[in-house]
Amino acid sequence: MGFLSPPPVRTLPLTGEEPKVVVPNGNGNGNGFVSAGRKVAPSSLAIDRMAVEDLSIAYGSKVAVDSVSLPIRQGEVLALIGPSGCGKTTLLRSLNRLTELTKTASLKGRITLDGDDIAGFEPTSLRRRVTMVFQQPNPFPMSVFDNVAFVLREQASRRPRKRDLKGQVESALRRAGLWEEVKGDLAHPALRLSGGQQQRLCIARALAANPEVLLLDEPCSALDPQSTKVIEDLIVQLREEVAVVIVTHNLQQAHRIADYVAFMYLGELVEYGPAEQLFGAPRQERTREYISGAFG
Amino acid sequence: MAVAQTPTARRSARDSSSSWRWTDRLGLAFAWFLGLLFLVVTVGIVIYLMVQGIRFVKPEYFVTSPSAGFSESETGGFLDPLIGTLQVTAMAMAIAFPVGLGVGVWLSEYGRPTWLARLTESTVEMLAGTPSIVFALFGVLLFQSPVLAAFSQKNEGIVFGRSFFAAAAMLSLIALPLVVANVREGLQAIPGHVREASYAVGKTKWATTRRVLLPAARPSVVTGAMLGVGRVVGDTAVIILLLGATLRINPAEGFLGEARGTGSTLTSFVFQNAPTGEANQPEKAYAAAFVLLSLVLVLNVVMDFVVRRGRRLTWGS
Ligand SMILES: Nc1ncnc2c1ncn2[C@@H]1O[C@H](COP(=O)(O)OP(=O)(O)OP(=O)(O)O)[C@@H](O)[C@H]1O
Ligand SMILES: [Mg+2]
Repeated sequence: MGFLSPPPVRTLPLTGEEPKVVVPNGNGNGNGFVSAGRKVAPSSLAIDRMAVEDLSIAYGSKVAVDSVSLPIRQGEVLALIGPSGCGKTTLLRSLNRLTELTKTASLKGRITLDGDDIAGFEPTSLRRRVTMVFQQPNPFPMSVFDNVAFVLREQASRRPRKRDLKGQVESALRRAGLWEEVKGDLAHPALRLSGGQQQRLCIARALAANPEVLLLDEPCSALDPQSTKVIEDLIVQLREEVAVVIVTHNLQQAHRIADYVAFMYLGELVEYGPAEQLFGAPRQERTREYISGAFG
Repeated sequence: MAVAQTPTARRSARDSSSSWRWTDRLGLAFAWFLGLLFLVVTVGIVIYLMVQGIRFVKPEYFVTSPSAGFSESETGGFLDPLIGTLQVTAMAMAIAFPVGLGVGVWLSEYGRPTWLARLTESTVEMLAGTPSIVFALFGVLLFQSPVLAAFSQKNEGIVFGRSFFAAAAMLSLIALPLVVANVREGLQAIPGHVREASYAVGKTKWATTRRVLLPAARPSVVTGAMLGVGRVVGDTAVIILLLGATLRINPAEGFLGEARGTGSTLTSFVFQNAPTGEANQPEKAYAAAFVLLSLVLVLNVVMDFVVRRGRRLTWGS
């Protein structure tokens, strides 16, 4: 795997010189960092799903996100990176209007989903189209089956019955790569699964709603390398069906799975571009400092 | 500067901790002593009452009603008080549990407008601090009023204001704060991201509370209910003032006669039969006290079990 090769930014020259990237750029022969780190070739088609237009979010008077504009595309994984407190989570949460749950938060600008302003949506229906997975695995206190079925059912009801949902539950668990491990005992309490399994269950739950956009906020930060790898593979597979936005502190991870990367700093979007370009030849000084500091 | 200061600071911290050590030890020893003393006293009381009680408990007490008589062999058992305890507790909890659950959920999950939440909170706290004899007295005034006459037995037009219903209504006020506090605590212990995870898949607040939060808070909810039951089962003041002095269950006529009738409970039975009571049959008092104590102990064990089972399954914060 790509863990073995040195990160390319180490080979970057100091300020003033031309950036010198030793490893082959783009779809190379597979032994440099850039290509070795990539899980798969870039996706063939990308469809614009969401657009963030000049978005600013403040908590009281404290600006957390400052005029950010970004496209979010299906067929691509978008990674949000940046130092702690730079507004990644805030930006992510605004995409399915979870920011509204914070009373002090105020929002300016526009976010659209398939061309429609999300402010006009019913929050519950928006959140079924744009689902989210959190940093801490947080399965609901019920069985593995019910965790997924809960999403499929009408609000608080217990109907429809198990039999009718079995197919959908299975397909969500399969897409999250958990089916083989839990198929023997779907009645198992979800909170008794391992951390990695719990997180995949949360992904299954988020996928059960058949969303168009999947938001992931540091989904692997509480997990071991093995579970992390499983989830990373999963994310790359998922990008064909849903637009994926992932917040991560792990730049190696961003490099491994993201097609596009957005680097944020103090609420501003400093740089947005294809992963290879952003990591290989960052255009902004601050991006370079950040990725070299964090890599080195 | 900072670098130079660090070692000194550390050393002085260690110095002070070593000079504190003997006082620490003394404190620790004192804490141990108090803890053990407390344990010995509690266990002593429980064992004494159990031993005293079990000597006098006879199986027939559980199946015979109390009756008037001159010797202990003639006065029957405590079937009616036992049923009375179960009945009044069930009725009190039938009021306190849903109301307490509702108030607890509202305080924790909604709590708007804020002034109303504050007011509710203080009211519940005040209820928790009120002696039960005050509830009892208040209940007497309340249920003697002609408006609430329908809830208790009447005798030739005179409203006594005594009934299972009246007692249960006042007892529910004793249980209520315990239910509210525990439900609330249980809900607030659930990390915010769990709620958000449910909203983030399109669930409403109500669906989230109903299907995610309340099941997660179940150990606390059960604890609250059990603590409430414990208080209600053991209360005497409200029973004596509001349930009446009839040892036998004495249903009223008409609709829901049982609930509007009078009777007794194990606590009022013990009160009556204690050496200082009217009936003065200490052996029966001990026997009834034994049953009462056993009920409460069983309740505690069940509660412990439920809580232990539930606590193992939680999230990180
Ligand atoms: N609920 C809140 N109320 C007030 N301020 C908040 C709230 N949440 C976040 N902030 C502030 O907004 C800024 C951005 O926070 P955010 O959580 O989006 O950062 P982040 O990039 O996700 O950081 P991290 O990498 O540590 O998760 C921070 O300065 C933070 O203090
Ligand atoms: Mg964050």
